[in-house]
Amino acid sequence: MTDMLSVAVHRGTGGVRFDRFEVPRRPAQTVLDVVTWIQREADPTLAYRFACRVGMCGSCAMTVNGRPRWTCRTRVETVAPDGRLTLEPLRNMPVVKDLVVDMAPFFAKWVRAKGVFTPRADLGADFAVVPPASPARAAADAAVECIGCGVCYAACDVVAWEPDYLGPAALNRAWTLVNDVRDGGQDARLAAVAGDAGCRACHSHGSCTRHCPKALSPTASIAGLKRAVLRAALHGGA
Amino acid sequence: MSPARLFLLQRASAAVLAVAVLVHLVTILVAVRGGLTAGEILGRTAGNLGWLAFYVLFVVAASIHAPIGLRAILREWAGWRGWSCDVAMALFAALLLLLGLRAAWAVFAA
Repeated sequence: MTDMLSVAVHRGTGGVRFDRFEVPRRPAQTVLDVVTWIQREADPTLAYRFACRVGMCGSCAMTVNGRPRWTCRTRVETVAPDGRLTLEPLRNMPVVKDLVVDMAPFFAKWVRAKGVFTPRADLGADFAVVPPASPARAAADAAVECIGCGVCYAACDVVAWEPDYLGPAALNRAWTLVNDVRDGGQDARLAAVAGDAGCRACHSHGSCTRHCPKALSPTASIAGLKRAVLRAALHGGA
Repeated sequence: MSPARLFLLQRASAAVLAVAVLVHLVTILVAVRGGLTAGEILGRTAGNLGWLAFYVLFVVAASIHAPIGLRAILREWAGWRGWSCDVAMALFAALLLLLGLRAAWAVFAA
């Protein structure tokens, strides 16, 4: 292990300029530690985004050596054994500056996919009982831990090819709600995800699943949505 | 037609094609193994209502399946969307249906 890391960092918005920094290597150092060191010790004008530093908030995702990752939980030793790092902003989102992307279009697609809980009118005043072992609850459980980091969205080639495509995160969110027995907005949700830019556009490459830091499978969620859309179409809906 | 209906039609036609293509290819392999000529093959298919029904089903499934898939490819790779693409795909479906049914009829009525 060398004492110093050689880190190339994307600067500006154009994808053209990279600044190189020599960063001291430390035990158990994360990629976010590296970026923070650069900003505090070498170049205070560097823009990047983070909040919780413990893998909960989903704000520190970047492209690390060509792959989208959550930087706060990515150890340098696992991604740069040779001591060389290239840091870029996430793909498929407009770059604000340096390592910061504008996530507004990403979250706008959650809204377009009807990723908002819509209570059923007949729920009543008491708590709705959802048995933990029920199939719908188990399906929602498998997808519900998304932290909205955008890693899957950046990893998805279909998003790159078809900018309208809702993307794995928004569709994964829709799938959790399709399996929420308390939700009353299913018809509108299935119609939203059945469109040309919806679940049908997924090629099942599995990049989202491969890169999801929470080990979720948006690919499986999208497959579930395809089945739900087909069932709805058979019954005259969607 | 809604995108969900198109999806359903494409999946259903794919299911038909999966069987039809297999039967078609196996039949070709078996038929030519013994050195049959085109004339001899047509001699066996002519007037056979079973083969006519099979190929009509095959052609209808292909005419549904191919334009829907092509539409998705054109959307993604050529950025062609909207009504003009849908009209072009409907015409393509009609062309496939016409040419396919003509071929199926030729095999029956040879």
